[in-house]
Amino acid sequence: MGLIEASRLKSPWILHYDTGSCNGCDIEILACLTPLYDIERFGMVNMGNPKHADVLVCTGALNKRSARVLKNLYEQIPDPKLVMVVGTCAISGGVFHNCYNVAGGADKVIPVDVYVPGCAARPEAIIDGVVKALGRLAELQEVARGKKSA
Amino acid sequence: MQPRTIVPFGPQHPVLPEPIQLKITYEDEKVVDVVPAMGYVHRGIEKACELNEFNKNIYLCERICGICSCIHGIAYCEVVERLWGLEVPERAQWLRTIWSEMERVHSHLLWLGLFADAFGFESLFMQYWRVREKILDMLELTAGHRVTHSVSIIGGVRRDIDTDQKKRLLETLAEIRREAQALNKVMMNDYTVKHRTVGKGPLTYDQALHLGCAGPVLRASGVKDDARMQPDLHRYGELGFEPVVETGCDSYARALVRARETIQSIDLQLAALEKLPEGELAAKPKGNPPAEEAVFRTEQPRGEMFYYAKGSGTKNVARVRVRTPTYANIPSLLVMLPGSELPDVPVIIHSIDPCISCTER
Repeated sequence: MGLIEASRLKSPWILHYDTGSCNGCDIEILACLTPLYDIERFGMVNMGNPKHADVLVCTGALNKRSARVLKNLYEQIPDPKLVMVVGTCAISGGVFHNCYNVAGGADKVIPVDVYVPGCAARPEAIIDGVVKALGRLAELQEVARGKKSA
Repeated sequence: MQPRTIVPFGPQHPVLPEPIQLKITYEDEKVVDVVPAMGYVHRGIEKACELNEFNKNIYLCERICGICSCIHGIAYCEVVERLWGLEVPERAQWLRTIWSEMERVHSHLLWLGLFADAFGFESLFMQYWRVREKILDMLELTAGHRVTHSVSIIGGVRRDIDTDQKKRLLETLAEIRREAQALNKVMMNDYTVKHRTVGKGPLTYDQALHLGCAGPVLRASGVKDDARMQPDLHRYGELGFEPVVETGCDSYARALVRARETIQSIDLQLAALEKLPEGELAAKPKGNPPAEEAVFRTEQPRGEMFYYAKGSGTKNVARVRVRTPTYANIPSLLVMLPGSELPDVPVIIHSIDPCISCTER
């Protein structure tokens, strides 16, 4: 394993985008980064720039206007990349499933690797999701190096 | 004339957790024009409220905003109770006041932290959020969840605060008050904070009134206006509520209002817990709400919120309309931003405490 691959697994950078959330999951993601849960000690940093990110964290029901932005952001993240959706809304639309401006979950426009349920998802659940995502990232890296088939 | 550049601020921006776009025109590094573009969080909750039965709308209204979810739920219940003419038991009214104020503490601590983050004071952000976790623990203890509390039902409340919980609540609130006050001292006196906030985003008394601003933005411009001043709202009258007013008219004054309100809100909770009477938790509604209209006005952490509901005589409501404080405060950005420098833009945008999910619903 090269230096870049090892550091990517040890310190994945996160890009957070809200596609139509109520803020509940967003503040829980921020709570993960602050002293009580503090996932920054594992090297996870919330980045504003998609070009620097490894994991796209997406919250909220997919709004029809946000869908284009989400796709755009996903395309700007360099490979190998992961998508984690947080909260019931981002999985299926949740309580907003029958609203006229909601298209459903984030997986309608981009491929999703990890689903974290909850309304709002608890920080413990989000941390668990990130750990699962890292396992998947290690797999993707193996595939990229030709050690394993997809 | 200097060459002009138009730079989009958002919809995805490191400072804002929520998507809103501001097309900002700069002349060199000075802002000359701002055009907001919205609609990235619009879900259509008001229409969805017409599709569901009236008692299921509580859960939908609570998810208008995750930061002030409790007050949204209470406001929806209150407006339906007014439609019905239901009398809410006294203990339930007091409990609603306590939970509303707990949510205000959590929301203001969250904002104070994010505001510190907006001008790069990372450690203050972390400290405020450390204190905020304590109030979230108390919300979890009394309401059962950290973020979406769902305490209110039509006719009263769903949960009670027993003696054990009350004891822990009194202890923790005193602790939060002490720690928040220590952090507020930094926010109020630190010269780096003052350097980045004093005089930034000016909004005069007349402008604030003319633009119809709400909440801390309005009170930081010297206007004494707070929906909690209504004599019949919950139990604020009996607690001797007086709004916090600052006259600085800038981002610093808006931070001061919220810092002082945090302490005031803890005091209101302590007083309310002392006065909490014994009694029933909820009145039972019968039948369906009549085909009439009702309104309800309350104070969210971000300002005045207005609910309107029209019954249809069936299980569904004919119309629910919500007016939220950020909707009233966004026009103030168009006055505050022009004339400011590029690095002050995030600070000024944050000073109104934008909650886009409330605004667009």
